[in-house]
Amino acid sequence: MNQTLDLIREARLMKGNEALAEAAIRAGIHAYFGYPITPQSEVLEYFTREMPKRGGIVLQAESELAAINMIYGAAGAGARVMTSSSSPGISLMQEGLSYIASAQLPCLVVNVNRGGPGLGTIQPSQGDYFQATKGGGHGDYHLIVLAPASVQEMADFVFDAIALAEKYRNPAMILADGALGQMMEKVELPEEGSLEYPDKNWATVGKPKDRDRNIITSLFIQPEKMEQINLELQEKYKRLKEEVRYELISAEDADILLVAFGLSARICQKSIELAREKGIKLGLLRPITLYPFPEEAIASFAPKVDFFLVVEMNAGQMIQDVKLSVNGKKPVFHYGRMGGMISSPEEVLGKVEEIIEKQLVTNE
Amino acid sequence: MPIDDSIEGLDLIYQKPETLTETPLHYCPGCGHGVVHRVLMEVVDEMGIQEQTIGVAPVGCSVFAYHYMNIDMQEAAHGRASAVATGVKRVLPDKFVFSYQGDGDLAAIGTAETIHTVNRGENILMVFINNGIYGMTGGQMAPTSLIGQKTSTSPYGRDEKLIGYPLKIADMLIILPGAYYVTRQAVSSAGAVRKLKKAVKKSFEYQKLNKGTCFIEVVSNCPSGWGMTPVEANKWMEENMFPYYPLGDLKVPKADSNLN
Repeated sequence: MNQTLDLIREARLMKGNEALAEAAIRAGIHAYFGYPITPQSEVLEYFTREMPKRGGIVLQAESELAAINMIYGAAGAGARVMTSSSSPGISLMQEGLSYIASAQLPCLVVNVNRGGPGLGTIQPSQGDYFQATKGGGHGDYHLIVLAPASVQEMADFVFDAIALAEKYRNPAMILADGALGQMMEKVELPEEGSLEYPDKNWATVGKPKDRDRNIITSLFIQPEKMEQINLELQEKYKRLKEEVRYELISAEDADILLVAFGLSARICQKSIELAREKGIKLGLLRPITLYPFPEEAIASFAPKVDFFLVVEMNAGQMIQDVKLSVNGKKPVFHYGRMGGMISSPEEVLGKVEEIIEKQLVTNE
Repeated sequence: MPIDDSIEGLDLIYQKPETLTETPLHYCPGCGHGVVHRVLMEVVDEMGIQEQTIGVAPVGCSVFAYHYMNIDMQEAAHGRASAVATGVKRVLPDKFVFSYQGDGDLAAIGTAETIHTVNRGENILMVFINNGIYGMTGGQMAPTSLIGQKTSTSPYGRDEKLIGYPLKIADMLIILPGAYYVTRQAVSSAGAVRKLKKAVKKSFEYQKLNKGTCFIEVVSNCPSGWGMTPVEANKWMEENMFPYYPLGDLKVPKADSNLN
């Protein structure tokens, strides 16, 4: 009885943005620097409300440019820090992210993706997949990218992203979208203080007499040294492959595999139900880590399925990684809406049926 | 003759501060950076705050400052030093934090960061080296280049009708309540260096008391960028820079105003 009550007490109905912010405080985020932008301003609002009460630091910066550089400074000083924004603001942060990746500073950046390009729309989109997974700024680097598909994951992935960022000394991004940020769902929040602090003996906290000075920098002017740093980064990205995460839904016996992340994966789940009622064996592979990408898992389905259909809220971005994984062994198709429009489960199923029909024509 | 022999029997009264490293400076002959570095580190030594001081040096000639200052340091993107310093100071409020920025960095690409950092009254010291030119990239026009000044991107002289006037950013900052102490100094003579040192020391003392932003502009030279010998450069600076950027305090704390 008491246990049931505890569960009820811990399960809250929350907006994705607020669940994420609360989880971040529980994950020990010590400082948040950000700038308002729809559809994620609730994150900054939540921090400005809660941090003063809970001993944390929050600062509304004069721009996303300033915010990401405050993150650089604070992360370099050893603090557990995060920022959040939405697409146009994330574009402004790219310079800083490149510096942070090169200086190998752990931090969390949240992109509540909205429709673009340009000022675009405030409605949900997955149009920033390329920017998130391929680096985004200048130079050869990657962020660790996690894609939540529910309010619960908006909270849970904060812990996972911070843990990965600190383990690999690499910036991590949660790539959500406007719908996940704004929608309300039941969420059980992770326990406060459950995430350990690693030793950050590289941080600039003031140089004691008995150690060399610590320097946070992305400047390696000699090309030999710069190449060495690049090789180190590439080595790290190889090691990151151990952290690949994905979810399979009705994939075991599937003839056709959908590949979708975030909100699109939620929609695909419904498409699978509708398809199976019609006797079409549809399954889903949902990448949870967009970088590192679950290429081996996807490749393993190539011998088993007739074709792949990548469903995204963009013009076709993740499909390139899926095609590289499948490596020509099976056809890979795409279905996507853009500019803040969201596909319906029926539309996705319609695309599946259209491909089946066309393939039958081709086979004859 | 080895230096030890030459000083035998004499008292050593002047030497490199401990918080300067052994690395030879890369700055051009006659450049003011070396002296400003030295003054900063002398104060850190004298106040005994090496273990508590974190410096931030952004893109510009002084981006390599961490090679020379034996303290924990962060290199910053062009224009972002005061935002980076804000990040450091907010999470380490008991430490001494300073930024060390050039005119292109502080008064062009980083103007927004400069104004907002001072407006928040961040408890940091901002050291602003104003030599009226982009030194590192090879002598291009700076926001502080003088009217008529010839640079590689103002080959006919700075024309204020086309590109505006030299920006007196320190004068702009004094109206902000967050600015606690704003002063303009130089390193062109022994007397000027002594005054600069006093300003640096005051700034760190104010920082200890959480008074707000301290801002020290150092009107300096760039013999290479200006295409002059060090002696010519100092003369040109005194005749042209100082009249436009007059030295002295621009804003002093009320209690201190009668001391200056």
